[in-house]
Amino acid sequence: MTTPHDGFPATRRLILQGALTVALVGLGNVPFGLAPAFTAANDKYPEDAFKAKSEADAIKSLYGKTAEASDKVKLDAPEIAENGAVVPISVSTTLTEVTSISFLVSENPNALAASYKIPAGTMPSVANRLKMAKTSNVIAIVEAGGKLYSATKEVKVTVGGCGG
Amino acid sequence: MASTIRVRATSSGETTEVQVLIQHPMDSGFVKDAKGEIIPPHFIQELTFEHDGKNVFVADWGAAVSKDPYVKFSFKGGKKGDDLKISWVDNKGATDTTTAKIQ
Repeated sequence: MTTPHDGFPATRRLILQGALTVALVGLGNVPFGLAPAFTAANDKYPEDAFKAKSEADAIKSLYGKTAEASDKVKLDAPEIAENGAVVPISVSTTLTEVTSISFLVSENPNALAASYKIPAGTMPSVANRLKMAKTSNVIAIVEAGGKLYSATKEVKVTVGGCGG
Repeated sequence: MASTIRVRATSSGETTEVQVLIQHPMDSGFVKDAKGEIIPPHFIQELTFEHDGKNVFVADWGAAVSKDPYVKFSFKGGKKGDDLKISWVDNKGATDTTTAKIQ
C-alpha cells in the first residue's frame, strides 16, 4: 500500500497525472482531432466524457452520436429541489434492447453526472441522487438498439450543491 | 473496518431489486473548505454489481453524484440466498468490495 507521503512514487504519479490532464485538455482544443474512443460499449471508465463541459460534448464523447427526444423515456425529477446537493432523479423506459442509461445536468461544471451500463436481463430503470450547481435542465439518455433517446426536465434549485 | 457498502437485494421470484448506499465523500473538486482552499476531487468512478459470474449492472460516476451515493436498479433472475458481489473504485484508486445475500 503506497501512501501520498512516500516521496518519489507520489511525485511521479502527480507528474503523470499532470501530463494526462494536459493531454486531455489539448485534445479538447483540437476540433477535428482524433476520434474519441467510444467507451459506452466496453468496460473502460469514460474519463473524457466526464471531463466534457457541455452536455452535447459529453454525449458525443460517450456515444459518438446524438440523441432524439422520445416520450418513451420517462425522467422523474422534482420540479423544485430545495437542496442541490441531493436531488433524487430516476429514469425508466418502455424501449427494448436498452444497453445504457446516462444522466446529465446542463449547468453543472461537467455536464455528465452518471452513466450506467444495462446488460441483457437488467431492467431499463435506474434511480440515483445527483448534485446540481443551480437551476438547470436534467437530461436522461437511453441507448436502445444502437440509437439514443432522451428526455429533458428543468429542475429549479434553491440552494446549489457545488458552490463554495 | 466495516464495509462502506450497504446493500439490500430483494428477490420477488422473477426479478431482483437492488438498492445500495455507499459511504463516500464524493468531493467534486469545486467546493472550498472553511479556509477557502479547494477540496480536491475524490469520488467513486466505477461501481460494479456481479451475480452468478456476470455483471448485472455497471455504474460510471462523475463528481456530480451526491455524497454517500445511492442507486437502485432491478435485474431478471436471482434467487433468495444467491450472492451479489458489489465493488467500487474511486479516482484515488481506493476500492471496497462486499458480497450480499439476495433476500
